[in-house]
Amino acid sequence: MAARIGVVLFPGSNCEHDAVEAIRTLGGDAEVLWHGDDDLRGVDGVIVPGGFAHGDYLRPGAIARFSPVMQAVQSFAADGGPVVGICNGFQVLTEAGMLPGALQKNAGLKFLCRMATLRVETTDSVLTSGTEPGAELRVPVNHFEGNYTCDDETLAMLRSEDRVVVRYVENVNGSVDGIAGVCNEGRNVVGLMPHPERACDDLLGSSDGAPLLRSLLESAAKAAV
Amino acid sequence: MRFDVQVETRPRAGIADPEGSTIERSLPALGFEGITDVRVGKSFRFHVDADDEASATALVEDVCARFLTNPVIEDSTITVTEGSTV
Repeated sequence: MAARIGVVLFPGSNCEHDAVEAIRTLGGDAEVLWHGDDDLRGVDGVIVPGGFAHGDYLRPGAIARFSPVMQAVQSFAADGGPVVGICNGFQVLTEAGMLPGALQKNAGLKFLCRMATLRVETTDSVLTSGTEPGAELRVPVNHFEGNYTCDDETLAMLRSEDRVVVRYVENVNGSVDGIAGVCNEGRNVVGLMPHPERACDDLLGSSDGAPLLRSLLESAAKAAV
Repeated sequence: MRFDVQVETRPRAGIADPEGSTIERSLPALGFEGITDVRVGKSFRFHVDADDEASATALVEDVCARFLTNPVIEDSTITVTEGSTV
């Protein structure tokens, strides 16, 4: 049976249908989860999608992290369930303390909407388990506050524990160490700024996001057993 | 008792502030010289009802740490004064 992915919808999310569509295209099952609900309806994996949850008021992700659904997502992740935060979803996961670091305004204060090339730095994560180490993937970015930052101690920890999941080949937004995505200690929670769900069909200019979301589906199927 | 509260948040020392540096770079073009170290933050003003200043301050510190700032990238300054009617 196909793994079932829940895509969280906050007021202001705008990539939830892209994520649902991409998961279904890849043979998975997907449904939208409402931010006000406190259960995940038995899904096997969770995507926290992009957009502007709660208008990005205060800071991106700062208000969304207090949603009832996020309590459920935190318990799900604590039990080893696969969770992927994309773009604004990455910001939500850092604000919730599920991933280290923070996302600040892009260097140069530019809103970026372009294709980026990512290098897979570790295949030991729920988002990259089915990819080749060192693989270069073309995946679009679309953000203003995607400049990953953390203190030196955290950066040293991320490097030594092999928790930088993907890096920009060309550092598009000023992120420390070119970091585009990181994972938690259990490697079942991954956050990244680029949008793999928008790169799952050649008609969209790239299908390089497919192996990433396929990895999530496989991880979810394993977690479901 | 009612207290007036002002919270100011700004990027922590050592954290890049692209907004501040963009403003700083544009100052000479406008003829302003000698201005350095521009940092951009936010200011919050609200009222707190509490028994005394210490408990009002403790409450605001908690709100700051858990909600108004992201301690990874931001610092804050809290000012609590006994309430005026403003």
